[in-house]
Amino acid sequence: MSGLAFDVSHLLAGGLVLISFMLLYQTRLYALLNVYAAQAVVLSLAVGWQAYVQDKPHLYATAAIAFLFKAALIPYALHRAIDRLGVRREVENVVGVGATMLAGLACVALAIVVMLRIESDADPLAREDLAFALSVILLGLLMMVVRRNAVSMVIGFMSLENGLILAAAGAKGMPLVVEFAVAFSVVVALVVIWVFLFRLRDRFGAVDAAVLEEFQGSRR
Amino acid sequence: MTAFLAVQAILAIPLGSAAALALLPDYRLSSRLNVAAAFATLLVACSLFFLPGFSTPYLLIDDFNTVFVALNAFVAFTTSVFSASYIGHELEIGRLTPRNLRFYHAMCQFLAFAMNLALTANNIGLMWASLEIATLTTVAMVGLYQTREAIEAAWKYFILGSVGIALALFGTILIFMAARPVMGEGFDGMVWTLLMRRAHEFDPALLDLAFVFLMLGYGTKVGLAPLHAWLPDAHAEGPTPISAVLSGLLLNVALYIVLRFKLLIDANGRAISPGPLLATLGLLSLLFAAFMLYRRRDVKRLFAFSSIEHMGIIVFAFGMGGPLANFAGLLHMTMHSLTKSAIFFTVGHIAQVKGTQRIADIRGLTESQPWLGWTLLLGVFAIAGLPPMGVFTSEFLVVSSTFARSPALALILVFGLLVAFGALLLRAQGMAFGDPGGGPEPRSRASTAPIVAHLSLVLLAGISPPPPVVAWFEHVAAMLK
Repeated sequence: MSGLAFDVSHLLAGGLVLISFMLLYQTRLYALLNVYAAQAVVLSLAVGWQAYVQDKPHLYATAAIAFLFKAALIPYALHRAIDRLGVRREVENVVGVGATMLAGLACVALAIVVMLRIESDADPLAREDLAFALSVILLGLLMMVVRRNAVSMVIGFMSLENGLILAAAGAKGMPLVVEFAVAFSVVVALVVIWVFLFRLRDRFGAVDAAVLEEFQGSRR
Repeated sequence: MTAFLAVQAILAIPLGSAAALALLPDYRLSSRLNVAAAFATLLVACSLFFLPGFSTPYLLIDDFNTVFVALNAFVAFTTSVFSASYIGHELEIGRLTPRNLRFYHAMCQFLAFAMNLALTANNIGLMWASLEIATLTTVAMVGLYQTREAIEAAWKYFILGSVGIALALFGTILIFMAARPVMGEGFDGMVWTLLMRRAHEFDPALLDLAFVFLMLGYGTKVGLAPLHAWLPDAHAEGPTPISAVLSGLLLNVALYIVLRFKLLIDANGRAISPGPLLATLGLLSLLFAAFMLYRRRDVKRLFAFSSIEHMGIIVFAFGMGGPLANFAGLLHMTMHSLTKSAIFFTVGHIAQVKGTQRIADIRGLTESQPWLGWTLLLGVFAIAGLPPMGVFTSEFLVVSSTFARSPALALILVFGLLVAFGALLLRAQGMAFGDPGGGPEPRSRASTAPIVAHLSLVLLAGISPPPPVVAWFEHVAAMLK
């Protein structure tokens, strides 16, 4: 593998991690959506680059799906949902931004420590790509933990899935089954999410998980 | 008929009837069709016992999953019978509309399809995808009542389930990465039977990491202790037939997948041994759930925590390993499925008659509803592990096999079992005896057949388990190492 291919892969995967950090400190819903869309664009570039480098045409399809669904359709749909529901536009974190960023750094450090210790005969690119992917996954998890707003939890989950797709694309020769499964799951998840958003609106007039906490079942 | 044809049938029947049920407007007709489809699936699933196994790149039948396919089909069938009597009442009191029911019936069969696919999948990607479909289906069904609690429960289940499934996918990708240098690129690296053959050549470090993710991911679905938060809510707020299916079947399917991966990691030899990890998580779940049982005020939540407890026992047994503990684990999985779904059937009728799920408001059942009251007591005796029921046999085997190898762990196990036992009897006693209070209650139109069938099977397994079944389980237990 040439040096350039290597560097561009790293640049794009690193970009994903960086955008994951940006997601962590957004305080307005629209900004959050835009940053998420940007992450999806970088993801589709990263997957497209893998398709080119590995010479696997089916990965172009994955890149296209990532671009169409994640960068265009889902942000647009959520945008409209927020408009129509009249949700509060600000989202508060449960944990402060400083502490969240530190926790994020710890997640990335953990991912790197775990992945880079593996000394397999797998090529270093795949291994380092996997370290980036794991970072994105952990940051997505972190975002789901520190947000209480339902929409931003969903975005946290979707950014987590971006990390999964990056990992699947980086695993050289992974059959198409998985990419299709992921794309399919995103579509189904979207349907479910839509249903939830509308039901939540019907019942509470707001999409805020804080409202839900009143009914915490675990106390009963 | 070949086994391959049979597997195609157990996938096609539920899928086809799900499509038909989605179109049928009349709920009486569709509940009958639901029962018929489940029965047809059960017949085909039983035929698998007599057919030789096979494996294709996508599907697999061996002795291990035959047991689960058959158990699944059986409980799905009895649940459909129970559901037919349950939903009529829900429709009358207006908790559900005919439109809801159409969705519900279609989803029941779709769920059966997804679970059968997960059990018969040979491709680890397909395994993952089908469990994901099963999860999303149950999410939709948990939210069916559309009350605040139901939506909160479904939301929690959706979020935690999705995170679990995402981690499981990462684990699956890592398995492929570990296999690639040996198996080459392409489909072979995801076919379980092919992976098993060359597992000893895989990179152990990657397998270690993969198993951690698979354990966390699928463990969420099993409802193991630190990852269990979705389980009580999902069980309590959805329609009761779904609680029965969740507890009796879906948890088993997830555990089955964990065991498949355990076999793979074991076959490598140089990777971490999954046993201690499983045993620790199992014991933790058992202890945690046993104490939590005391503080439940909702009857379905009570039995949901009891499911966590039993999953803990089962996972612990498989974690200990060895022919006897594995046998006990398999038996306990079967017994727990049968007993817990029978209990949920009973509880469903009780909640309908009493109009509440609050334990404090349910009193004197043996007096006001003798049949339901005594059945509940019998079910609780069974699940708490009293002889002569089958759960006692399997728990006894788990405890005795553990005592032989590590007495300290066995003491902790027995302590957990006793704590749970106390809680269950305490609550059941309060519900079954005392003054019923309140006005006259409506006559229950309980469907007795499913409950009787389950509990008598459990009793049979406790008194004299049929030799062919024992032989089959012993064979599978040896397979699991």
